[in-house]
Amino acid sequence: MDTNANDMSIMAHLMRRAGFTATRMELEAYISDGYESTVEKLLFPGEPENMPDDMIRRYHVDQSEMRQIEGAGAYWLYRMITTKNPLEEKIALFWHGLFATGYAKLNQARVLLNQIDMFRRFGLGSFKTMLIELSKDPAMIIWLDNNDNHKGAINENYGRELLELFSMGIGNYSENDVKECARAFTGWTLKNAEYMAVRAGKDSIWPYGRIAWQYQYREEDHDNGIKTFLGRTGNFNGQDIVGMIVEEIATARFLSTRLFQYFAADEITDDSELIISSMMDSYFESQYQVSAMLRTLFNSDYFKSEKCMYARIKGPVESVVGTARLAGSYRKPTLDVHKLWFQTFFMGQGLLAPPTVEGWHEGTEWIDSGALVERINFAANEFGDVNKPGVKYIIDRLSRQYNGSIKPESLVDGCLDLIGPIKVEDLTRESLIEFVSSYNDTSLLIGDINSIGAKCVAQTLGLIASTREYQLA
Amino acid sequence: MLKEEKEKSLVVIQLSGGNDYLNTIIPYGNDEYYDFRKTVHIKQDSVLHIDNLYGFSPHMAPIKNLYDQGKVAIINGIGYANPNRSHFRSMDIWHTAMPDEIGTEGWLGRVIRDLDPSSENVLTGVNFGRGLPRALGVKGVPVASVGNLETYGLFPDIKDDKQKQLALRAFTHMYGGVAKGNIMDYLGRTGMDALKGADILRTAPAKYLSNVEYGSDTISQSLKSMAQVLLADLGTRVLYTQHGSFDTHSGEILSHAKLWEDVSSAVGDFYDDMDEHGRNNEVIVLIFSEFGRRIKDNGSGTDHGSGGVAFLIGSEIKGGMYGQYPSIREADQLEGDLHFNNDFRSTYSTIIEKWFELDARPIVNGRFEQFDVFKAS
Repeated sequence: MDTNANDMSIMAHLMRRAGFTATRMELEAYISDGYESTVEKLLFPGEPENMPDDMIRRYHVDQSEMRQIEGAGAYWLYRMITTKNPLEEKIALFWHGLFATGYAKLNQARVLLNQIDMFRRFGLGSFKTMLIELSKDPAMIIWLDNNDNHKGAINENYGRELLELFSMGIGNYSENDVKECARAFTGWTLKNAEYMAVRAGKDSIWPYGRIAWQYQYREEDHDNGIKTFLGRTGNFNGQDIVGMIVEEIATARFLSTRLFQYFAADEITDDSELIISSMMDSYFESQYQVSAMLRTLFNSDYFKSEKCMYARIKGPVESVVGTARLAGSYRKPTLDVHKLWFQTFFMGQGLLAPPTVEGWHEGTEWIDSGALVERINFAANEFGDVNKPGVKYIIDRLSRQYNGSIKPESLVDGCLDLIGPIKVEDLTRESLIEFVSSYNDTSLLIGDINSIGAKCVAQTLGLIASTREYQLA
Repeated sequence: MLKEEKEKSLVVIQLSGGNDYLNTIIPYGNDEYYDFRKTVHIKQDSVLHIDNLYGFSPHMAPIKNLYDQGKVAIINGIGYANPNRSHFRSMDIWHTAMPDEIGTEGWLGRVIRDLDPSSENVLTGVNFGRGLPRALGVKGVPVASVGNLETYGLFPDIKDDKQKQLALRAFTHMYGGVAKGNIMDYLGRTGMDALKGADILRTAPAKYLSNVEYGSDTISQSLKSMAQVLLADLGTRVLYTQHGSFDTHSGEILSHAKLWEDVSSAVGDFYDDMDEHGRNNEVIVLIFSEFGRRIKDNGSGTDHGSGGVAFLIGSEIKGGMYGQYPSIREADQLEGDLHFNNDFRSTYSTIIEKWFELDARPIVNGRFEQFDVFKAS
């Protein structure tokens, strides 16, 4: 592989992981910036840049109200598809899977989208800040019952999951630590619960009205007694607990491992242990900055190596958004955008509706026969249409390169390059070539997207999207 | 895949959105019903009488007809303790059979696993609709999810038949070949399972011959597909579909009528279809909803409630009223709703043990009293 092709392949890999795949034009721009400089821009993106809210709301009244899940899910999908800061959305999706809060208990989406926005703002910053913001997040307070956690009558739900699912992991604290943690978070509650409940009684179609719950710290309901947590004793409040949690090696390992599995590889092997321990070092050196941990990962030799490439199965949301980005659809308000949210649901990852607080089971658990059929049919349909801007672009680019007849091998290799580049097994490539060879005429002429050759390119892209390799990130 | 002995199957119809029990089996002999339901009620003279207290909605004639033949068990007052009035959570509870904790495995997924422990048949469970309901989901248990039986499978959007055949051939080569690594292997196997399931399922409509004419509404078409699959003898034991929305907060009189007209005629046609083929003793139908609705109406519809009704229908069912119709008196209400009096896991356990002859305990996580709803064999 020549240097340019290698750069392209590594940049495409980075953008599949740190984003939702990038188009060829975007990749070329990133490459001219350079790899490490691209990583920095991903980590420190500045202001969000995506399809503007006023544009979205002009077309989707329901996405102003944010009552129903499919509208709210579609709103987030718009942002993922059109963002110029892909890692901001990708990390929000990471936290959404880790701190999995679902519509099921909340019955309104406004408060959930507020949580997602909090993930955007703090998602690449300090894990300490993140855990404090999470503890104040109204959706989380309701999801894990911290509004029922009172002085003298604790509800352990949030205290337990904070330790078990959100930071250290089981085996690194005692049952007593769980209780003491819950005590420290008494008084971290909702400001307007009564108002929202009254609304619920009067307005059952819009169970909680059109505003969201808000956070309030209630000193009178906070347990100011002495607590012992992880071997230390004092009158701890929630911030103190978080301060102690983030100092733990178990927390560094937990977060590094979860980031590694989301951004690098589904399976942990000996090679991954090395990079995970470098990420743990970065965690402590940077005072718990997620950006520092990801910089270490993205800039490592391991990340750019064969071992890391294609070592993850794309999640349904990654798959849907990546395909839409490459095909160039949903770049402008599109009235059937709700269909996209349903697609994520059909494929097993209903956005904003994780099945439990444990989030989704990932890796091979994403794939069952029904979900695979949904993935393939969605992607094959997106690419099969010569009028989609992204498909048109690929046809145009190949036409300009060949202008005239093109051999099946070149057509297949060109498509594999421009849809990724993605590397496929010889068998896959041979099957694709055989498919293209069945067309009598595959000539591509500049400006003609209705030729048989152009249709062949679209079908070939659709078939590539149905391969096993395309399911990998 | 030809069966050697008679295999029993279960059809499940999920009424999504919360079916209004009081306007399904109507306590028309109780004046309080008309007091609470000032507008959203069914008039006394149009109710299809069961006795002088209760009757079916006039929009359920085909099911009432089966009831009169002794084929319908009405499970009154079905529910669970501490009812949850969120659609999603309550439906989850029904799907996972776990009211107190958050469950991940579906009860029917477990049934499918126990019916076919080595996953020999990729079609033991089939969902008619898109997206797998949690009731059917258990890791490693193959379940097909079919939107439209006639076009089910890969590449439905390639309209040109020759091109589609070529694409499918390429797919078979790509997924059937040996590839590096466990993940590629797993993907290959799943892809081939999907292809195999689709190939077999698509043969069902062609083999099907019937004098029954189903309606053109979606639930009728789903039940027709189910009949096609059952009559094609593909070894399918659990068939699932959902219909809705029964979330009738407003305009209930018209919408609830249409919903039940469609569901009832679909069930009636399905029964006739199986009857015509002499197969009625092999299948039962379960109809359920995640909750019932508020006793008092809101002027146009009804809001989320608790306590509901389920139905078991089939020629092997001993028809009649089961459970207790909950009292609607003010003093007996639960926050304006009906009290349940039998746990939904009793009905599940009855089906699992008496119909499928499996051990219900590990599937519903406990031992529940069972109904005597089946005819003595």
